[in-house]
Amino acid sequence: MHNYEQKEAVRIGFYICHCGHNIASIVDVKAVAEYVKSLPGVVVSCEYKYMCSDPGQELIQKDIHEHSLNRIIVASCSPLLHEHTFRTAVEKGGLNPYYFQMVNIREDVSWVHTDAKAATEKSKDLARAAVQRVFHHKALETKHVKIHPDVLIVGGGIAGIHAALTLANSGKKVFLVERQPTIGGHMAMFDKTFPTLDCAACILTPKMSQVKNHPNITLWTYSEVTKVDGYVGNYKITIKRKPRYINEELCVGCMDCIEKCVYKEGKTPDEFNVGLSKRKPVYIPFPQATPQIVLIDPEACIEFKSGRCKKTCVEACDRKAIDFNQKEEMKEIEVGTIILATGYHTFDAKRVPFYGYGKYPNVYTSLEVERLVNASGPTGGELILRDGRHPKTVGIIHCVGSRDKNTNRWCSRTCCMYSLKLAHLLKEHTEAEVYNFYIDIRAAGKSYEEFYDKLLDENVHFIRGRVAEVSDWAVRSSEEGKLIIRAEDTMIGIVRRIPVDMVVLAVGMEPQSDSQDVRRLFNISCSTEGFFLERHPKLAPVDTFTDGIFIAGACQGPKDIPDSVAQAGAAAAQALTLIDTGEIELEPNTAFVVQDDCSGCRTCLTICPYNAISRDEAKQKAFINEALCKGCGTCVAACPSGAIKQNLFEDEMIFSEINGLLENTPVVCC
Amino acid sequence: MLTAGEQSKTNTWEPRIVAFFCNWCTYTAADLAGVSRLRHAPNARIIRVMCSGRVDPQFILDAFSKGADGVLLGGCHPGDCHYMEGNYKALRRMRLLKRMLKDMGIEEHRFRLEWISASEGERIKTVINEMTEQVRTLGPLGLPKKFEEWDTEMEVLERTVNGKEEAVHA
Repeated sequence: MHNYEQKEAVRIGFYICHCGHNIASIVDVKAVAEYVKSLPGVVVSCEYKYMCSDPGQELIQKDIHEHSLNRIIVASCSPLLHEHTFRTAVEKGGLNPYYFQMVNIREDVSWVHTDAKAATEKSKDLARAAVQRVFHHKALETKHVKIHPDVLIVGGGIAGIHAALTLANSGKKVFLVERQPTIGGHMAMFDKTFPTLDCAACILTPKMSQVKNHPNITLWTYSEVTKVDGYVGNYKITIKRKPRYINEELCVGCMDCIEKCVYKEGKTPDEFNVGLSKRKPVYIPFPQATPQIVLIDPEACIEFKSGRCKKTCVEACDRKAIDFNQKEEMKEIEVGTIILATGYHTFDAKRVPFYGYGKYPNVYTSLEVERLVNASGPTGGELILRDGRHPKTVGIIHCVGSRDKNTNRWCSRTCCMYSLKLAHLLKEHTEAEVYNFYIDIRAAGKSYEEFYDKLLDENVHFIRGRVAEVSDWAVRSSEEGKLIIRAEDTMIGIVRRIPVDMVVLAVGMEPQSDSQDVRRLFNISCSTEGFFLERHPKLAPVDTFTDGIFIAGACQGPKDIPDSVAQAGAAAAQALTLIDTGEIELEPNTAFVVQDDCSGCRTCLTICPYNAISRDEAKQKAFINEALCKGCGTCVAACPSGAIKQNLFEDEMIFSEINGLLENTPVVCC
Repeated sequence: MLTAGEQSKTNTWEPRIVAFFCNWCTYTAADLAGVSRLRHAPNARIIRVMCSGRVDPQFILDAFSKGADGVLLGGCHPGDCHYMEGNYKALRRMRLLKRMLKDMGIEEHRFRLEWISASEGERIKTVINEMTEQVRTLGPLGLPKKFEEWDTEMEVLERTVNGKEEAVHA
């Protein structure tokens, strides 16, 4: 079937990898190597324990020289994992890297099939397809694109802040975009942090002000990314800056306007205190908010609602910073890399109605308790329940919205530890009896288990079992006026009723509700749960499948503060690598028009999503701008004259793959 | 289901499915199925393309003509295409192709278009298992064999016609 012109004889080297036992335990690698040896064009066919190791790669290079190989095939894992590794090895061996082809017999064969014979046959078919394919491979030139040195970071929680500072300190210009009026994220709401019990604000706020004051950081709060164009190294970003109705240049954060607002008391639930207090229409999220700029909520402000306010705030502002006519503003920036640190949101406890959240006032979520025990919280740190009482007994229910088939199956990783921390803080603030209802205590982390031990010494009660319900249905006089937690104590095998004054629901971590929209905006993927998908769960945990876009923090999966910070540092380092290299290699899989074959029919013009194809009206031919082409190949499939070809995915390559896969099909009678 | 081992003993036929998977969603999902060790039928062989929009209907016809009993095309969900709209282009082409396949007498279940996102490893398993069973029920398509038979028929016909012509001339 290889009846095409070939300048030099094709000499193929085929290497099949054992991957330890990963492949070799299912696929008979020896048999595949033997079989491939018999195929036309194959000069070398051998097996090796770990092809990706240095000796494996050197083996290829040695054979290229010794046997004058000009095509290399490696049958091992997914090309998404090691294609680059082998292409580089082939290049070092003196061959154009695009003469390489990879066959996936791990993810697609040995890991998903149990029948050794069928898996071996499938591997042979796939190998044969590759052997036939490489005949059509061509030497291609790797494209390089310049990396714009500026970075966009989306999300100003601890991960975004840390990544921004890391990059800015190394001299890179950073745009930090945060949706809320202030940076700080969830961490700013916490009281203390586990296991060291240092105050969250004390360690976070200095970093927040560093961000604000850093000459290399442009901080845009109350802003959202609305459009992302371009590709790695050259992203064009449109950012919507929502109006605060305050001139940011003029406001100094004196807060006189808040005091003088016609509302003497706040009437709007305060977002920062999770609705436990009220704020005025003109407000600042919290005293250390960064930037220290007030904003006006048009939904609550009388001037916006009726236009008949006395506007005492305007009178109060010496600097004339209040501007009711402010409009939203669109900013366009160019960056080379993007770090997404968009965080998480906490599980909505109303989804598990049997725990009584929203029904019984003294049932709280953990985030609410963080604010309640916080000295800058709605009660100044005094633990006063919604009904005005001080709790004498508290029940903390773990795994609310985690490890549960009916809500979220994953473990949120932080709840055990923060529940222990809250247990400690509640005891410290109230001397109450604290009961933890847990499934397992997961205290894996530096000094975490020791913290658990400390809590045991503090006489916090631990009951192992999932709570069935929280109710106010008293059956004994001692239960009157209390919330009764009914749970199985699996340690002693009985169902217990524990009357308490306060219930804390340790709510789990979920992807942001708009994570799917954000994912589409940035053209990345989400995992099954909705967290952003990393390029590789182990080896590329902060990369995404889109070059130049990195992820950090809880947007990638539930994470505590140290892990978020570590990941943010890693994401910053990845961005730095790109920036300092100055350019990135791109797959040369762009399409081109064979001018002689083009009939000038215009079919391709409308089909290209990137407007990369234009028509030379004089010559009546189509022409593809390589710089704009992203290599999807849609035009190739559409061209009625077969005049468009896609590098690395030419028709002949795919047809030969099809042929190779099926050539051995036993002829059956039907 | 018969395993290949049993197959060799009884020499029964096993469905052969050619699968075209897009690099960004469905191929990644197949990788995920692998990493998650989601065992499934060994009947599909994957050809990776950058986008489902790259898949020329000719590829599918070619696969059938070379002996595939089924063809599976996997792309990103509508709205999720890495190249914005390649999957819509694929959808339009495949709708037309489906009608053509019907006219050619190729049963509907032999060709399947599926949107499988990078996170849907489980879906890879389900789709491949389902399709393998459907194609197994349909039996072999055996186009190469049919082509051979048709060629023989044509030769016979030609010979017959020529023979008659010769007889007339004589």
